[in-house]
Amino acid sequence: MEQRIPAVSIRNITKRFGQTLANDHVSLDIYRGEVLALLGENGSGKTTLMNMLSGIYFPDEGSIAIDGHEVVIDSPRKAIELGIGMIHQHFKLVDLLSAAENIELGLKGKLDIPAASKRIREISEAYGFEIDPAQKVYDMSVSQKQTVEILKVLYRGADILILDEPTAVLTPQETEKLFQVLRNMRNDGKAIVIITHKMNEVLELSDRVAVLRKGEYVGDMATAETSAQDMTNQMVGHAVSLNIERPQPVNPIPRIEVSHLTVRNEAGVIRLDDVSFTARSGEILGIAGIAGSGQKELLEAIAGLQPVESGSIRYLEDDGTPEELIGKDPLEIQKMGVALSFVPEDRLGMGLVGSMDLNENMMLRTYRTGASPVTDRKTPHELAERVVHDLDVVTPNLHTPVRNLSGGNVQKILVGREITSAPKVLLTAYAVRGLDINSSYVIYDLLNQQKKKGVAVIYVGEDLDVLLELADRILVLCAGKVSGEVAGKDAVKDEIGLMMTSVGGGRHE
Amino acid sequence: MSDTGFFAALGAFLVGVAAFIPRAVVQGVPLLLGSTGETLTEKSGNLNLGIPGVMYVGGISGVVGAFYYDQSVRAGAMVDGVLDTARYAANMNGFLAITVPVLSCLLGALLMGLLYCFLTVTLRANQNVTGLALTTFGVGIGNFFGGSLIKLSGSDVPSIALTRISTYFHASLPFADSLGWFGQVFLSYGFLAYTAVIIALAAAYVLKRTRVGLHLRAVGENPATADAAGISVNRYKYASTCIGSMIAGLGGLYYVMDYASGVWSNNAFGDRGWLAIALVIFTIWRPNVGVLASFLFGGLYILHMYIPTGMNLAVKELYKMAPYVVTLIVLILSSLRNKRENQPPQHLGLPYFREER
Repeated sequence: MEQRIPAVSIRNITKRFGQTLANDHVSLDIYRGEVLALLGENGSGKTTLMNMLSGIYFPDEGSIAIDGHEVVIDSPRKAIELGIGMIHQHFKLVDLLSAAENIELGLKGKLDIPAASKRIREISEAYGFEIDPAQKVYDMSVSQKQTVEILKVLYRGADILILDEPTAVLTPQETEKLFQVLRNMRNDGKAIVIITHKMNEVLELSDRVAVLRKGEYVGDMATAETSAQDMTNQMVGHAVSLNIERPQPVNPIPRIEVSHLTVRNEAGVIRLDDVSFTARSGEILGIAGIAGSGQKELLEAIAGLQPVESGSIRYLEDDGTPEELIGKDPLEIQKMGVALSFVPEDRLGMGLVGSMDLNENMMLRTYRTGASPVTDRKTPHELAERVVHDLDVVTPNLHTPVRNLSGGNVQKILVGREITSAPKVLLTAYAVRGLDINSSYVIYDLLNQQKKKGVAVIYVGEDLDVLLELADRILVLCAGKVSGEVAGKDAVKDEIGLMMTSVGGGRHE
Repeated sequence: MSDTGFFAALGAFLVGVAAFIPRAVVQGVPLLLGSTGETLTEKSGNLNLGIPGVMYVGGISGVVGAFYYDQSVRAGAMVDGVLDTARYAANMNGFLAITVPVLSCLLGALLMGLLYCFLTVTLRANQNVTGLALTTFGVGIGNFFGGSLIKLSGSDVPSIALTRISTYFHASLPFADSLGWFGQVFLSYGFLAYTAVIIALAAAYVLKRTRVGLHLRAVGENPATADAAGISVNRYKYASTCIGSMIAGLGGLYYVMDYASGVWSNNAFGDRGWLAIALVIFTIWRPNVGVLASFLFGGLYILHMYIPTGMNLAVKELYKMAPYVVTLIVLILSSLRNKRENQPPQHLGLPYFREER
């Protein structure tokens, strides 16, 4: 590096939460006119480190300098005054308010929405955003909400932007648009830090990569001089295979047959519109689509949790005898060997009880079995032990309430429980949501093991790259309709992206 | 029907309406104050079901203030142990006769609001339970002080009359009598009625147009977001709930000092407090809508006295249900429409914990 003054220079920062050391003497420089990718596994302290820059946490030790001057960042307000703006993974927006009102929230002075809207448009034009300042947030897509979040910090004059996993919820097209905006900002001389798990994005967007491992700073390198394999090895600390295997399906037979399925939600809005497909045993059927395109309703309809308006869902026995699932209650369906693991955005929303411990959460699946009036605690306990061991769940012991575990660990328990229940059909949605690369690969591996055992796996995923590598077939949903089905081997990412946003991907119609 | 007969009937009807409206309005004013106060409170996410109690305490606090002022003026007008009515009337200071009850009413209601906030915001107690307890508590404390005052005044009926002071609250605008139906419908009310309308309109303006209003709405909708934006959630909750309680308290004061002509008797306030809460839903959290809606409610509240039902008291009881039935219908309609703007604040009734890690 030539002699430049870093926009932010972090020196020997240490942060503890109780016993855990989240950051251990981390030093890092962030420069203007550069995109820095911050890499690390879950719990490696990336977000903690950035939260100290944005004033949410205060470091226990160490110093932070902005443009060479040492500063104390003790509140989010102070961070903004220093020009640091952070866009969090979970949007902090008030649904009922418009974009302009949300952006004005928390500022001082007279409220003048027309003037604010004008400035918002100016900023948007400068960087290539598309936004209507008067649009209400509840009307917005995820990517529009993200735009509001970014505008919020720009509006406050930030020139050091930190984005925490910004592409986790975007389609490839939206991601490309965001990257273009970020490049515009970089060329405008802003300093940009992006936290992400996706290697291809790091390679595509960033100029420099910094890696954290278990709270410690491992090193930084120019993106041009590194590779995905290299970065992953640094993150994990040892060599990792980055290939998802896709074994050839062995003797697949139809297992679940969905035909002309139509589902409305409580408000009467159509969520699934004439959906038909077949899931086969020994095969992974990937389901792609923008969040909220009907994935949840589809899985829930199969699991018997969602009232169906019309159509049929049939479960086919090994000998081909069909059995209608609609009208059966969830318990019966579950007994037939259909397991559902849905990981909602808040992770705890479905399938686990936060205040109960690991054993008890395992029991939720099995407490009805057996003739004895006393529940069987031994089997769930063994199951819990196995999940904790197989998936490397970090927990003090098996009696810790699930709520107290970190998000990634909670998720491993949920997914692990469903997978180990040895089902005939495994429905799983967002199984790796927010998980780091290593845990994600463990989950992919588990799914493949199930596939080899002859389970029909239906996998709803967010990461198209993974879907392309993992799934044997990919079904694309767009606004509740099936907009296409492609074989995993021949699928092209951009094509699927197009299908996600328009029925038929503009090819058939 | 001949033309003259028709016009005579129409004329009689209009005269009837002109007489009915002022009666509906005076019924509506306490509801308007109560619902404006409750709307402000609910916008911060606090569901204060203690409003009936707050209004009751506002009423009795005003009465206590008025009573002591009245007693002091009386004491000064005693000549040889006999009240000199002329001197009593002359000594009564209009300014004090209004400010003493108003200030004591505001103080009483403020204390109730503070109590609610302390329990639900600071200690994070359940809002519903706290509110209901506060209503019971407020009515109890009102009746306790009411009973004590009645005893102190040595009255032989179970009520206290502060007739002289009430004339200041009751004084209508000039020309009210000389302008016929216009004066009757628009000018015939005491100052608190006009204050109620001004407060409601001002509250609507603040909520919709100002930064304070924007922040308050954000606190009620999504306190975590408001907190992250640097807005002090607790401060907004305290301020809006306390100001809301004071406004609602004025409703109780209006009821006793103006509507009831300064006569306090225990439990006379009735279920007006609940009606005020129903009105909040009816107006879908818009104080400006509350101005006309409260008068409509006032009209519905006394409708049963104007509809001839003969000896059949059961029918009368049915008419008394009118305001509640209308609220239910509005609730059903606004739920069916499912428009986000017409829903209660999203975080209504829930305590706010800043996420701790």
